[in-house]
Amino acid sequence: MSVLMNRRQVASAAAALLATTALPLMAATPKDTLVVAMAFDDIISLDPAEAFEISAGELMGNGYDRLLRYDVNDPSKLLPDLAQKWSVSTDGKTYSFELKPGVKFASGNALSAEDVVFSLQRAVLLDKTPAFILTQFGLSKENVKDKVRQTGPLTLTIETDKPYAPTLVYNCLTANVASIVDKKLVLSKEAAGDMGYAWLKTNYAGSGPLKIREWRANELVTLERNDNYHGAKSKMARVIYRHVKESATQRLLLEKGDADIARNLSPQDLAALASNKDVKTTATPKGTVYYFSLNMKNPILAKPEVREAFKWLVDYNAIGDTFIKNIGVVHQNFLPIGLLGASKENPYKLDVARAKALLAKAGHPNGFKVTIDMRTIQPVQGITEAVQQTLKQAGIEMEILPGDGKQTLTKYRARTHDIYVGQWGADYWDPHTNADTFARNPNNADDAKSKPLAWRNAWDIPEMTKLADAAALERDGPKRAKMYQDLQAEFRKTSPFVMLYQQTEVAAYRSNVDGLKIGPTSDSTYMFNVGKS
Amino acid sequence: MGAARAAGRFIAIVALTYLGLLAVTFFIGRVIPVDPVLAIVGDRAPEHVIERVREEMGLNKPLWQQFGIYVGKALQGEFGTSVLTANPVWTDIKKTFPATLELATVGILIGAGLGIPLGVWAAVRRGGLVDHAVRVMGLIGYSVPVFWLGLMALVLFYAKLGWVGGPGRIGVAFEYSVERVTGLLLVDAAMAGEWEAFGNAFSHLVLPASLLGYFSLAYISRMTRSFMLNELAQEYIVAARAKGLSETRIIWRHALRNAMVPLVTVVALSYAGLLEGSVLTETVFSWPGLGLYITNSLQNADMNAVLGGTLVVGTVFIGLNLFSDALYRWLDPRTKER
Repeated sequence: MSVLMNRRQVASAAAALLATTALPLMAATPKDTLVVAMAFDDIISLDPAEAFEISAGELMGNGYDRLLRYDVNDPSKLLPDLAQKWSVSTDGKTYSFELKPGVKFASGNALSAEDVVFSLQRAVLLDKTPAFILTQFGLSKENVKDKVRQTGPLTLTIETDKPYAPTLVYNCLTANVASIVDKKLVLSKEAAGDMGYAWLKTNYAGSGPLKIREWRANELVTLERNDNYHGAKSKMARVIYRHVKESATQRLLLEKGDADIARNLSPQDLAALASNKDVKTTATPKGTVYYFSLNMKNPILAKPEVREAFKWLVDYNAIGDTFIKNIGVVHQNFLPIGLLGASKENPYKLDVARAKALLAKAGHPNGFKVTIDMRTIQPVQGITEAVQQTLKQAGIEMEILPGDGKQTLTKYRARTHDIYVGQWGADYWDPHTNADTFARNPNNADDAKSKPLAWRNAWDIPEMTKLADAAALERDGPKRAKMYQDLQAEFRKTSPFVMLYQQTEVAAYRSNVDGLKIGPTSDSTYMFNVGKS
Repeated sequence: MGAARAAGRFIAIVALTYLGLLAVTFFIGRVIPVDPVLAIVGDRAPEHVIERVREEMGLNKPLWQQFGIYVGKALQGEFGTSVLTANPVWTDIKKTFPATLELATVGILIGAGLGIPLGVWAAVRRGGLVDHAVRVMGLIGYSVPVFWLGLMALVLFYAKLGWVGGPGRIGVAFEYSVERVTGLLLVDAAMAGEWEAFGNAFSHLVLPASLLGYFSLAYISRMTRSFMLNELAQEYIVAARAKGLSETRIIWRHALRNAMVPLVTVVALSYAGLLEGSVLTETVFSWPGLGLYITNSLQNADMNAVLGGTLVVGTVFIGLNLFSDALYRWLDPRTKER
């Protein structure tokens, strides 16, 4: 008896449960809190010496100060952050910095040159992924204690191995890896000589305008106003990022007012929001370029005519008008617009006849078969399928091998692909970042120490590598810009890269939100400038 | 003596099940063509960093040795750290499992609570309108993609009608008003006496739970119907009718009681299925549960997290099997003697 009664009771209780769901309407977001719907499942660490993922970059930019920042409205301009004065010696190898006095960390500890020196040394000593941004100037585990030196309570020097273009060095010091951490706090959490690494992975020790209160993986990140901040304080008391993977779900939250900002909307959802009066959008060209690359380990793809033919077999205009409408612009160069020396030349368009002639010259008048490794995400998938169609017009049968991001990347890095479709984002705001990977390949051997994108496609370019190295050392701005433009002209003609477009990042926000500006790099979208009325 | 031997046998079976589960998961995780180092160091790391991390993770050792090391550590209660969340795996599971548990429990209450009576009804009115209605509902529940239905439900009940809370477990305003003790938000809010937060959490829970409930309802009602039809065709039912018992009594006390025995397994397995975490539901509703955790980890070859999650799922299945065994004994007196 009891079983049946229980079941019946449960049934009626469940029915009652369903009937009483008419709870009060959701309130809008709290006044002092900014709610951001964003996909941030890429974050793996909050330690600025390690964090290198896009979403983590944004948290670092808001949470940590560095010596210098660049102006988000004009990235060619440097702004003081913790440093108030900076200069470079006449031989171009010693950089001196003087800090602002009286700055405190969020913990209340005073910030001095000791913290800065510790932070830079720590990043080099820990040697995590982004450390190369500093070690490329000749800093190493062995020498960093001599090369980065405190010279007074508020002064320090950094010594490089070569006279690099000063802008390159300064630009690298604006990167997250050069963030300043609270030495006293971090060392108090040290375990087994790890310089606080295990602790800082999920904690915070900075002086930036917003403190990182909590990161719950795949759920939320909470930032709070740092009342000790040395500059203008954050407008909002709290910024909460909610992990929302789906574009459609982000859109619902935004429309309903349960999110103030939505960050990963698809072109379709953006188009649907265009007629909504309560929602506005803002867009910024990012330092990320998308491309197809042809592996020259494949003897057919290694032929120069075949490589050029591919560049004539993409319908750039159609792609620009459909798949990347509002989220990108066609761009056929490796430097994104906004960087020194970026080129706006886009000489290629869909020209099947020309491509066919090139293929015939290469001995493939009837085309051939190849495969492409593709991540199954938009807009990459749509673009790849479109290119598959245009290639067919010249007889090239391209088989698509779909895969998860990490899977295709594993194959790409092992150089076992035919064609790969991918993207590359600038690691710091200087042209060297992309020249370093697209136009440099110091050693094309399979066991090479450095494996830039040129290496991954087996593009052996000793001459171009020398030119790229020279450009990194050129101290005259306009001359340096010209060098990058020349590099790109050659790259457009001969490279195995079919450059497609430069990404535009769009955010949609409620109309009562003000001051939102998406930065050109992931670490320059400043939530502390955003307010709400 | 007999009891001790039975217990010993039982423990051996459970241990073997766990070991098998771990071995299969481990080797699948290692043959997928994803480099686990990539998840940690990203695409930009210089070669020497990649090599160092590979060594630190022990990935240079032969597979069987890696597995031995893992099992050895697991036996000491060390399940390692998740690469993706930077937390110890158990810390992650303590956060994600309660989210799934809460959702699955309310889901199965709805699914079984409505599915069983509907199934009984359909069996009794076989071929009638109710039977057809239940069948169509079941078929829809079976064939409509959960992803689509979830989104449509959100559009209707959350965006248009505003009856329920949106994606996520609780509104932002209540995020820090409830101290997380058990991780079950409803329980935590009730314990803290935060009734407003309780209502808010409930309004976020009700839609995804109803959706899961509907999908298990579809299955449970179909199974109930077929078990009931089987029972109603038995001779004891004819005998009961000949004795002049009321139809209600025959259906609910005699037939359903007997149908209950196999039904318990069906409900328990549905519940276990929900507890594994429904990846798609969790994605649509931004529900930070176990299903998403395991899937995300697998895609990044974050094996510590995958193995930890698999252990939890295995435990859930073993536990629910034991529970349904116990229920059997209680429902079917014949099993007691054996």
